[in-house]
Amino acid sequence: MKRRAVRAATAIAAVSVVTAACSLSDGSGDTKQTPTVTLVTHDSFLAPQEVLDAFQQQSGIKISVLKQGDAGSLTNKLVLTKANPVGDVAYGVDSTFASRALAEGVFEPYTSPEADRGPQRYAVDPEHRLSAVDVGDVCVNVDTNYFTAKGIPAPESYDDLADPKYKDLLVAEDPATASPGLAFLLGTVAKYGEAGWKDYWTKLKANGLKVVSGWEEAYTKDFSGSSGKGPRPIVVSYASSPAAEVGDDGKPRTKALLDTCYRQVEYAGVLAGGKQEENARKVVDFLLSQQFQATVAANMYVYPTRQGVDLPAGWAQVAPLPQKPQALTADQVQAGREKWIGEWRTLVQ
Amino acid sequence: MGPIGFLVVFFAWPVLAIVGRGFAAGGLDVVLGDPQTWRLAGFTVATAAGSTVVAVLAGLPVAFLLARAKLPGVGLARTLVLVPFVLPTVVVGLAFRALWPDGGVLPIVLANAFFNVAVVARTVAGLWARLDSRTSDAARALGASPWRAFRSVTLPALAPAIASAAAVVFLFCATSFGVVLILGGARYRTLETEIYLRTVDLLDLSGASALSLIQFAAVVAALVVGGLARRRKEGARIGSGAVRRPRGGEWWVVGAAGVVLALLLTPIVALLAESVSASDGWSLAGYRALAGTGEKGALQVSGWDAALNSLKVAIDATLLALIVGVLASVVLVALRRSPARAARGLGETLDAALMLPLGVSAVTVGFGYLVTLDALPGDLRTSPYLVPLAQALVIIPLIVRMVLPVLRSVDVRLRQAASTLGASPLRVWREIDLPLTLRPLVAAAGFGFVVALGEFGATSFLARPTSPTLPVAIASLMGRPGELNNQMAYAACALLMLVTVLAVALIDRLGAARGRVGEF
Repeated sequence: MKRRAVRAATAIAAVSVVTAACSLSDGSGDTKQTPTVTLVTHDSFLAPQEVLDAFQQQSGIKISVLKQGDAGSLTNKLVLTKANPVGDVAYGVDSTFASRALAEGVFEPYTSPEADRGPQRYAVDPEHRLSAVDVGDVCVNVDTNYFTAKGIPAPESYDDLADPKYKDLLVAEDPATASPGLAFLLGTVAKYGEAGWKDYWTKLKANGLKVVSGWEEAYTKDFSGSSGKGPRPIVVSYASSPAAEVGDDGKPRTKALLDTCYRQVEYAGVLAGGKQEENARKVVDFLLSQQFQATVAANMYVYPTRQGVDLPAGWAQVAPLPQKPQALTADQVQAGREKWIGEWRTLVQ
Repeated sequence: MGPIGFLVVFFAWPVLAIVGRGFAAGGLDVVLGDPQTWRLAGFTVATAAGSTVVAVLAGLPVAFLLARAKLPGVGLARTLVLVPFVLPTVVVGLAFRALWPDGGVLPIVLANAFFNVAVVARTVAGLWARLDSRTSDAARALGASPWRAFRSVTLPALAPAIASAAAVVFLFCATSFGVVLILGGARYRTLETEIYLRTVDLLDLSGASALSLIQFAAVVAALVVGGLARRRKEGARIGSGAVRRPRGGEWWVVGAAGVVLALLLTPIVALLAESVSASDGWSLAGYRALAGTGEKGALQVSGWDAALNSLKVAIDATLLALIVGVLASVVLVALRRSPARAARGLGETLDAALMLPLGVSAVTVGFGYLVTLDALPGDLRTSPYLVPLAQALVIIPLIVRMVLPVLRSVDVRLRQAASTLGASPLRVWREIDLPLTLRPLVAAAGFGFVVALGEFGATSFLARPTSPTLPVAIASLMGRPGELNNQMAYAACALLMLVTVLAVALIDRLGAARGRVGEF
């Protein structure tokens, strides 16, 4: 009898905890006085709350962030919802997907007064529907300790990766499922041209290239220079990755090969058909402003497009911006992407 | 009709809308005529079937242990066996990659089975514990060997539970996404990964629609098989099974169960080890980091906030699913008992239809939400309530599967007697149905809660950065460089496991009927 009472009491207690914690019933009493602009972005978006709060103080606009997958999935969601967009501003459509978004009429023209401080360099669209917010480079990274220990020089160029000296050392991502993989493929297309990239990949394959589906596996499991201590000392990652691999001695364990980089530019724009055009423009200005641009390196491992923005300490040595990265125009990418991925699949798998 | 309305608005409409767009775009015939498509379908069905077989073979000895063996530690085993079920796929995928660096078919099959051994073990144990042991004792008395008695008496009696569990496992495996992506890489692809790729990366909706149709057909086939097997369930003789110390050959079965449990625990132990190892030795930095937002603010909230959010969302999802699921079960029981043939047919169709959310790709549902839910007042597409709604969609089928048999087994005569004696329908429900079904309900709620805690596919699609659940936070941590982020991800996994174990242990206590949690 007693045990039953205890059980009943536990049950009641559990039920009350459950009901109390239920958040469906909590109306987090936000009085909707401040206008809220919804910023649709990709999963890697990160901005310090203080900076967003400061913007709200200054402009009276609250930014509500809505993450929608990676750059590709973000773009496709924007295309699908263009008749009635889920937000007012989008940030994160990159140079590989920009043409699709522009062709589908997702964005409307807006020239930000902030754009001439640098972002203009990366303009893709004469109508100024997209403003460049950041640039990042996908580069081959190497585990420097591995090559020091083996007493062989680390590779430096695309050609080196196909050199038998570096057999079975490279791990890359599938261009169909991972954006660094796609960028690496595009880099080889830019480097060797329509005529030569397939030959290059045939050599890579013969040289023991390993392909995995995502950056996480490549970098944290296969690569030897990061936490996973995997077997392969060469990986396709980002120019900025070494900044995350600085040891207690202040020295990075890894290095990006600056001759193997492909540039990705990420853009922001005002969504056509959004409900608060005026405020949305102010958010685009904010994304290009000194305050926001100063946060992108430390938070998203990309470089600001604005000139004269300080990088985090040490980036100049550890994660310098490549001087001559490979690049294709948005139109070239749009025209070739699916075809190249298809050809790559038949060739490499 | 409330539950049906819910499923129409939050499942059927979005799915049909997105598949319909593919139809409208045309080119379906090209995809359906492509031999590549059928290779994908074949591979999907073959690996899912393989995983199902492995899960059943591994689950049966464990079921015996849980249902029939009187040994110390059985209660603990009952709780632990559910842990793999909630582990984030990216973590399990990486754990299997550590063992099979090159991926391949075998690790895919084994990893999918790993997640689902619990479903078989607990479902079969549930029936096994209630199976009248006198029949098999009689067979033994008549000279049958233990194996023979098992094969000709016990196994046929267990068949409905095995088939039912196998159908659910098949559904989970045929639609598993992360495992195939990580272990299959670019080489091995299934319908699910191809639907994802075509929808998310290529925006090839007609291709995705064609593949969705094939997947749908496979799912319906699995449901029909499962449904046919379940219908025979009523035939099993229910009594009280004897729980006793194993003897003779039964020790081999217990040994096999032990091996299975050890294999299930291996990845769990491995990831616990990962959570405390740093490049320079052992470290609790990952656990300490849970109080913060990760290296360079990888998350927007702290690990603990993510855990708290997980709890909240899972509770909301469970309550919602419980309401819809129980109402649906009540309707189904009424339809099944109806004297009209048409109503009974409708009941069976609905019963199967309620399982469909398990077999449709999360990406299809997620993209469907984007193109439909703006038509509802309040534009739910960007609402934080969408996460519990989507999770509820995943749990409802499981709750129906668990509550329905119990409701159906309530003797009609009890109700009739109560009404004859003047009780109002509400009073009948309160005095008869509720007491008889309370424990299974608690158990179903607990299981739903556990599934919601671990749900990743739909959640990752819809969760907001300011309120990620634990699995979503783990995935974001894994997706960023930096050793601390990696360690913190594993520590968060350990936290997720701990919460699961506590929840299951509590529910197992409350739902004291043995082996009721996680039974289909």
